Amino acid sequence: MNLEKFLSFDDIQKSLENRETDCKAIVNYYLENIQTKAHLNAFVEVYTDSALEQASLVDEKISSGKAGKLAGMVIGIKDVLVYTDHESNASSKILKGFNSQFTASAVQRLIDEDAIVIGRLNCDEFGMGSSNENSAHGKVLNAADESRVPGGSSGGSAVAVQANLCTVSLGTDTGGSVRQPAAFTGLVGIKPTYSRVSRWGLIAYASSFDTIGVFSRNVQDNALVMEVMAGPDNFDSTVSRKAVPHYSELLHFNKRAKVAYLTETIESPALQEEIKANTISVLDKLKEEGHTVEEVHFPLLKYILPTYYILTTAEASSNLSRFDGVKYGYRTPNAHNLESMYKKTRSEGFGDEVKRRIMLGTFVLSASYYDAYFTKAQKVRRLIKEFTEDLLTKFDYIIMPTTPTTAFKFGEHSNDPVAMYLEDLFTVQASVSGVPSISIPNGKDKKGLPIGLQVMANSFKEAELYAFAKYLTELNVNE
Amino acid sequence: MKVDLNTVKKIAHLARLEFDEAGAEKIKNDMTQILDWVEQLNEVDTEGIEPLTTMSSEVNVLREDEEGEHLSHDRALSNAPQKDSDYFRVPKVLE
Repeated sequence: MNLEKFLSFDDIQKSLENRETDCKAIVNYYLENIQTKAHLNAFVEVYTDSALEQASLVDEKISSGKAGKLAGMVIGIKDVLVYTDHESNASSKILKGFNSQFTASAVQRLIDEDAIVIGRLNCDEFGMGSSNENSAHGKVLNAADESRVPGGSSGGSAVAVQANLCTVSLGTDTGGSVRQPAAFTGLVGIKPTYSRVSRWGLIAYASSFDTIGVFSRNVQDNALVMEVMAGPDNFDSTVSRKAVPHYSELLHFNKRAKVAYLTETIESPALQEEIKANTISVLDKLKEEGHTVEEVHFPLLKYILPTYYILTTAEASSNLSRFDGVKYGYRTPNAHNLESMYKKTRSEGFGDEVKRRIMLGTFVLSASYYDAYFTKAQKVRRLIKEFTEDLLTKFDYIIMPTTPTTAFKFGEHSNDPVAMYLEDLFTVQASVSGVPSISIPNGKDKKGLPIGLQVMANSFKEAELYAFAKYLTELNVNE
Repeated sequence: MKVDLNTVKKIAHLARLEFDEAGAEKIKNDMTQILDWVEQLNEVDTEGIEPLTTMSSEVNVLREDEEGEHLSHDRALSNAPQKDSDYFRVPKVLE
């Protein structure tokens, strides 16, 4: 069996056009890969029957010339996106047995264009984690080095594409949960502008940060999936009604770019030497090619993570209050009255990291501490957002490393929550500010582990971001 | 901010969680460590800055009040851990 087939959607479309294959064969090919690579634990559940059924339907549409623009694409979805009559757990025991009565809008739009959903993918519980070690479904192995984490929280989504178990996958990114695992696995991963993609059917973690993003091997596929998913939706009152450009048709880049990089990122003591070197070579190459590259100071950088943790834990404590054992999911068998049913259900159903964040969030929202923590963080958020947006009107892009280190070993940060939180040091700026940000491969370190390069643009500039990201990958600076 | 066991107990009740002795001790230490770390924010001057309370630039959109489809009774109850023909069931509240 050739594991190195169908490495891009373009490959798939060509094979379909030349009638060398059909959707059923493509699905069977991925199903076989999934079986061979089952030990990576990327998939929580494989939808063998419904995927093959969908494949036959799409094959019929292809022969009658009625196929949608994603015909032949096989996708995996993170276990926080719901899909009608399929189980979703958010990798938590508390949602055991939950079968959704509806489909997430983002997923539905891909299906409407004839993408095939092959299964759901492992992640950190409710998206809370940076290593995929906080999952009721167990850890996911990084296919680049199986003793190392794939990143998180969308670890399964990253590994599924990395190991060629599906064409593209959906993840969610609240503070770096698509970009960090994309960097750790050598993929392209985007977090779109906040409110660009409907959150209907996304099991909420922190509602003013949550976004749905895409993992792919190349920029082209990523752009195509995003243009199908994005846009207005009657089920999400916060989603933007701005028109969605055809990102995949706007990938040609022929401008002189103005690029900023932040001193505090490149000079960070936490930054691994090889990542620093590879980031600098990209900046040097851009100068050589005639682009403007300038260093900018951002003294607020170190305050972004604390801001992020106060606000996201507060939002999480509120969002996760719905898991009470009444309407769906797990209910304790040990309750003697209503209050003990709530408490025992939640204490038995949630994992340690989730409980830690609920406790912290409840604390910062409690009457005596609200102003000192929550309101303070909302004020700092405004400063960070305004600085970032202002910088992105003076410059087209901000470039920085995606992560301070490459993929770390299992258990390396397990006993120190703050050390784990620092993994998101460079990804949280875009999340706190709401702007789009993409991670693209940028060579490897001495151990052969993938390095990511992060590019940010101003809100709703996904088209410009994709085009520049494609240009950067074609410069091949660190290949 | 040093969190004590009493605060852990109070917050846990508000969050409808419970911890055994070892668990309470651990969460107490974790919360203290994380709060000490987030308190760096006090170094930032936010005098005169308004808190940021919404991230979406959309304003309310009202649609026509048209009749739509409901989730059926059976479908809505389908995930219930305990139910009867009409309702979700919970432990008895009134004695």
